Amino acid sequence: MTEKLQCQVLVVGAGPGGYVAAIRAGQLGLDAIIVEESRLGGTCLIRGCIPSKALIHVASEFRAMEEKVGKGHAGISLKAAPALDMAETVRWKEGVVDTLNSGVGALLKRAKVRVVEGRAKFSDAKTCIVGKTEIVAENVILAAGSLPVELPFLKFGGDVISSTEALSLKELPKRLAIVGAGYIGLELGIAFRKFGVDVTVVEAEKQILPLFDAELVAPVKKWLDANKVSVLLGARAKGAEKGALVVETAEGKPQSIPADKILVTVGRRPNTEGWGLENMAVDMAKETGGRFIKTDDRCRTSMRGVYAIGDLVGEPMLAHKASAQGEMVAEIIAGSDRRFEPRSIPAICFTEPEIVSVGLSPSEAKTRGQEILSASFPFAANGRSLSMGAREGFVRIVARKSDHLVLGVQAVGAHVSELSAEFAHAIEMGAVLEDVAGTIHAHPTLSEAFHESALRALGHAIHI
Amino acid sequence: MGRYVFKLPDVGEGTAEAELVAWHVKVGDAVEEDQPLADVMTEKATVEITSPVAGKVMELNGAPGEMSPIGSTLVVFEVEGAGEPAKTNGHGKSSGNGQEKAPPIAVAAPPPKAKEAQRPALHAVAAAPAVANRTEESDKPLASPAVRARARELGVELQFVPGTGPAARITHEDLDAFITGARAKGPSPGVARIARSGTEEVKVIGLRRKIAEKMQEAKRRIPHFAYVEEVDVTELEDLRKHLNETKTADQPRLTLLPFIIRALCEVLPRFPQINATFDDEAGIVTRHAAVHAGIATQTAGGLIVPVLRNAEAKDLWECAAEITRLAAAARDGKASRDELSGSTITITSLGPLGGLVTTPIINHPEVAIIGPNKIVERPIVRDGAIAVRKMMNVSSSYDHRVVDGYDAADFIQRVKAVLEHPALLFMGR
Repeated sequence: MTEKLQCQVLVVGAGPGGYVAAIRAGQLGLDAIIVEESRLGGTCLIRGCIPSKALIHVASEFRAMEEKVGKGHAGISLKAAPALDMAETVRWKEGVVDTLNSGVGALLKRAKVRVVEGRAKFSDAKTCIVGKTEIVAENVILAAGSLPVELPFLKFGGDVISSTEALSLKELPKRLAIVGAGYIGLELGIAFRKFGVDVTVVEAEKQILPLFDAELVAPVKKWLDANKVSVLLGARAKGAEKGALVVETAEGKPQSIPADKILVTVGRRPNTEGWGLENMAVDMAKETGGRFIKTDDRCRTSMRGVYAIGDLVGEPMLAHKASAQGEMVAEIIAGSDRRFEPRSIPAICFTEPEIVSVGLSPSEAKTRGQEILSASFPFAANGRSLSMGAREGFVRIVARKSDHLVLGVQAVGAHVSELSAEFAHAIEMGAVLEDVAGTIHAHPTLSEAFHESALRALGHAIHI
Repeated sequence: MGRYVFKLPDVGEGTAEAELVAWHVKVGDAVEEDQPLADVMTEKATVEITSPVAGKVMELNGAPGEMSPIGSTLVVFEVEGAGEPAKTNGHGKSSGNGQEKAPPIAVAAPPPKAKEAQRPALHAVAAAPAVANRTEESDKPLASPAVRARARELGVELQFVPGTGPAARITHEDLDAFITGARAKGPSPGVARIARSGTEEVKVIGLRRKIAEKMQEAKRRIPHFAYVEEVDVTELEDLRKHLNETKTADQPRLTLLPFIIRALCEVLPRFPQINATFDDEAGIVTRHAAVHAGIATQTAGGLIVPVLRNAEAKDLWECAAEITRLAAAARDGKASRDELSGSTITITSLGPLGGLVTTPIINHPEVAIIGPNKIVERPIVRDGAIAVRKMMNVSSSYDHRVVDGYDAADFIQRVKAVLEHPALLFMGR
């Protein structure tokens, strides 16, 4: 060993969980070290949320311009079709990523967090080897994130790619087959379709986006149909052959889907192997079949002074959950009494159109024995939506019948992702329908649809 | 449907009656076979009575605190099928016809419940609206993140805070009111003192009644005299500390008690009149060769005296291990009848609560009881200089009818000599 470091807080993994934990620890005056083998920012920033949204943005712009070719739209017309240089698109996306990546570096530096580059390997719960450096820590925050799930019969490599490679393709494939119609597969599939790629989606379940209810998914389904994205439901991928994906259809028949690239997006798994977790005497959560690390409501593992956050500790595997846990754990280490007890964790799907779900859906609420009031307000009756040329979707509110407590809010429509904040805020503050109804919502905005949904649940919507 | 008459079985050797301590069922309850019905207490042991059948409880006979004759009807069940005739045994005068039950002992009114003392008026100030009926979704108390964080920092569990907001939401004001209310309940200076009224009647039953009877008996029959001497235990404590520091993992930790028992065992053979029991009705003192040391033990229910048998045949470690085991058994209510009777001399130690002097009551029919007091460091004049020594008083009481003061004093002086020169503990005679 050439170097021996000591610290109060060692964070392993510089994704949205880890780097937030490290910055907060630094702010609180704790001596913190963060270890990252790749680039600061983790999956989210480097090969997940951010690059995919950049790509989706470019795809939408490209599609909008294509729609203006010839006859045009709303008075704009283009004489020729727009040209796409995918390599340049990817370079632009990398620029966005680089900006944020260096921003994280600057924030860590300002919080006086030491960054150690390399792969962490724990020899025991408080000792971590990174290359030739040995780090001994008083407290450890595990934030190693997750990895794309690989199918044994469709191993990554060559034309079989994961979301990581899909975000860095230098050339567009002509035909793309996607295995798994979850949010990652559909977000990317829709973006590639907007770029003009022939997209086929294969899903083993009977519904696309199985985590959302049919009403919310319907506008997305409509877009997929209108844009000739083939969706094979109840079909199982079997393997790849030259230039094609082989599936077994719902009827049990083999089918060959011609594809230049096969994108496998069948989920993510916690990254629990290859970095010495087994040397740390940390228990795994039995109820998850030992996939996730077992933690309590303070993100404490079974080993004293070792915390785990984010994708390592369970669903939902979302960046904002990891960040909230990271911030909390830093404060706990600094001596505060805090618990991870959110009333809701918002989930967003950046499909076309976008889907937001916060809290309980009507059927979830009913399953839990709640008597509910539920009402939705369509964007077709919202001025701002129409003025943006969008009329699909709605906002739906779910409240407890007895006292009007807002239990959940869902929405589908253009740009509804930005409404998620108000939904989550209402639930987290314990708002009742009258609170939402009594808040003046600026006109003309999409948020008026939320206001109107609460009014409608109370029986007196104005604009419908 | 039939009736099943369950009579109090013989729970102890030759006892004619047992005291009902507690019911575990009430009339109308459906019970399974082997489900506990009641606790009854005989001379020493408390016994759990379980149901011999599955059925519905129709009748319970007896109230806690009452003595029930063995064989008297305890419970009448309604059972599936034809039922079973009451067994004729003990005092039951059953005709053998299942429809006719044995004469029950008088059913007393249930014991008066402890009358609730009137609440001080101050509580009215803190009284808050009832916490809303929270359903599953709101098992988590409803409060904004800021209120939740503040409650954490204040160490307040929000589920106990009544919320006044819409949907019983807990506001900052609710939290403030809860905190000031909680403070007002505490005895903080500046709060007006309030006179309390009301009384509580506690029925003396079960173990407490046994203790009361035994103490009354001992004090009435035995003319006690007490003798107190101080003992320099500095060297004994050094030895004890050393043994505890060097003991193996499987050896028990040594308290002072096993040393005292060892000392008694060394000295008692010279004083057969002290290691004795006195049957005053027959006029016979029985002198015991064995030392069966009663160890007065405080349990949740009250004082119990488990017995360390043949202490003279046990070394220090065996004594210590046996004391630990007996004390645990007594506290858990698992001590057997044998383990709770037959002592020849009793030791009563309050440990760190030992005080200066005690005047222990003899465990009748024994004739002596030894009560070591607290060890304190005191300045002592030794060889013309003041030294700081660990000193302990030993209090003791004797039955003056059969133990003379001279002998008791001689006995304690020899015990003192052994304790002050701990090597004597191990030399034999």
